[in-house]
Amino acid sequence: MTFQTTPLLSVRDLSICFDTRHGPLRAVDGITFDLAPGEILGMVGESGAGKSLTGTAITGLLERPGRIDRGEIHFEGQRIDTLSAEAMRRLRGRKIGAIFQDPLTSLNPLMTVGQQLIQTIRTHLKLDQAAARKRAIDFLGEVGIPAPEARVDQYPHQFSGGMRQRVVIALALCAEPSLVIADEPTTALDVSIQAQILDLLKRMCREHGAAVILVTHDMGVIAETADRVAVMYSGRVVEIGPVDKVVRDPHHPYTRGLMQSIPRVGSNAHRLTQIDGAMPRLTDLPTGCAFHPRCPRAVAECKTTRPAALPVEGGHVACHLYQGEPA
Amino acid sequence: MTLHTAETAPLVSVRGLSKTFDLSAPLLNRAIERKPRQYLRAVDGLNIDIPRGKTFSLVGESGCGKSTVAKLVVGLHAATAGEIRFDGTDLTALPAAARGDFRKRIQMIFQDPYASLNPRWRVRDIIAEPLRSFGITQSRDEERAEVGRLLEMVGLSARDGEKFPHEFSGGQRQRISIARAISSRPEFLVCDEPTSALDVSVQSQVLNLMRNLQDELGLTYLFISHDLAVVDFMSDYVGVMYLGRLVEAGPADKIFSAPEHPYTRLLMDTVPDIDMGRRDRVPVVGEVPNPITPPPGCSFNPRCPLANAHCREQSPDLVARHSGTVVACHAVTEGRAPVAPAVGSDSGERMELQRGVA
Repeated sequence: MTFQTTPLLSVRDLSICFDTRHGPLRAVDGITFDLAPGEILGMVGESGAGKSLTGTAITGLLERPGRIDRGEIHFEGQRIDTLSAEAMRRLRGRKIGAIFQDPLTSLNPLMTVGQQLIQTIRTHLKLDQAAARKRAIDFLGEVGIPAPEARVDQYPHQFSGGMRQRVVIALALCAEPSLVIADEPTTALDVSIQAQILDLLKRMCREHGAAVILVTHDMGVIAETADRVAVMYSGRVVEIGPVDKVVRDPHHPYTRGLMQSIPRVGSNAHRLTQIDGAMPRLTDLPTGCAFHPRCPRAVAECKTTRPAALPVEGGHVACHLYQGEPA
Repeated sequence: MTLHTAETAPLVSVRGLSKTFDLSAPLLNRAIERKPRQYLRAVDGLNIDIPRGKTFSLVGESGCGKSTVAKLVVGLHAATAGEIRFDGTDLTALPAAARGDFRKRIQMIFQDPYASLNPRWRVRDIIAEPLRSFGITQSRDEERAEVGRLLEMVGLSARDGEKFPHEFSGGQRQRISIARAISSRPEFLVCDEPTSALDVSVQSQVLNLMRNLQDELGLTYLFISHDLAVVDFMSDYVGVMYLGRLVEAGPADKIFSAPEHPYTRLLMDTVPDIDMGRRDRVPVVGEVPNPITPPPGCSFNPRCPLANAHCREQSPDLVARHSGTVVACHAVTEGRAPVAPAVGSDSGERMELQRGVA
């Protein structure tokens, strides 16, 4: 699936670093990717790989001591990583929506669901109270909440986990943003609810023309939802490409190991393939390719030189094994 | 309703196990607000058998009672009714003082390796505590050697005993929990979601370790998980729970290749499928009902595509099927359910079932 239009979001060489007593720690290290309008990009990786931080940086919610120390983020042709807090606040919610992991903590427990929706709608759109309320009810109906006229006046605690996440999706989309950052939107939910929410997220974003960055650790969620996927490891994108390619025929040894280590229903394996070791801590990142201590195919070059992301079959792979291949 | 086919008696045999929690408001509030007492049946008449050296998994969504079963079996909750027979002895009938010997033989691995290890203790003390309290090692030297041996068994080094839990990653911490659990040389391990807090690449290491230990030490596992793929990998027998009851149970290969209960089939269908890639499935409507006020009849009936008047009135009992499984579903026993397709095949009947729901 190729998108020929100009990118909606363009991230160039983004690095995020945390200043600590022991010096700066680089949690995200030079990641580059584009997102086309309406596209769903999955970001997958283990905890600490930097996937959530990337989303946080795009929404401008990065907090001290974290800071962007290199790179640029362009959104709809405008550079947004240098915007003032006030300008970013206006953009966020209006143009960039956010969905977080825990639907209970992302709703205000002291306000009814309707008040929260109306507040968001009136902050960003020029609507009067009655029109905003009508829009709030329409959105609740659209995200599949039964009897939205009655439930609009209820508080978050009166909703179940899955229903709350539906409200959060309505909140993220009610100002018609062109980009939604969904950070582990289904991790707190049960599997049968997860399928409903993913389906809803896909449908809502398609109908409202919003692009999505879907941050998750679950490759299954990515495989079913995303158009393209970026695999992150130790703050770097090691492989990015169309979902079908990356899932069926991964190139990077980390992606390969990751795909093989996922248990599957009906596989009858007696042992799972495992990647030995664990992701390095930020305090002692190895030289060269960060994956080389765990990599079964590492060569001498991997220990010394950091591989650049080069095009391989429709995607990009950062691995010395593919540096020689013509694109 | 026994699931085992081996001639030997099962190591663990649970009969009619029930646990009811009293959620009532305090007496004075009840009197003033005229509220009745409120009870939650977390586990309702559970029967399972776990043969020696095998793994029985309980699977279900949050609130289905699977973790309560784990706590009942290890004795962290007292059962309201029913019996838990371990190697022939009913643990629920034993006075607390007489349980000591069984505590040594039954151990537990918890979900969160960050919360289940004391941060102020060195790893060697964490692992040695069961050795000391059960009097397994006699001298300090013996204890040190045993801790080193246990650490190496779980893939850590004997030197790691000097460190504190915070110096380890999540996967390594779970290895420490496993070393502690096997230090009293138990026969039976209750594992409550042991890998759900871990990343996938680390999860596979821990699951492989657990299988290796089972082979080496002849351990019997009660494995609790919500992840069907993990359950399929680990289990010999599977029980699917819904609102405190078993809805389907039997040999894992049978349950996974030909699930019969509509809820089991729903669960199988909602697992995100990596190999099938993008598909616009028809998702199942509805959520797990409030367990305080379960629906009358079969508790799954509000979400079930096959429910009829019978299902709404009478709760189904587990019925043995010729495939060796047991299923609690009127539609299955009455022959109203379409034949279950094998997992992975995308037969029309499965789609039919799902469409019926939406």
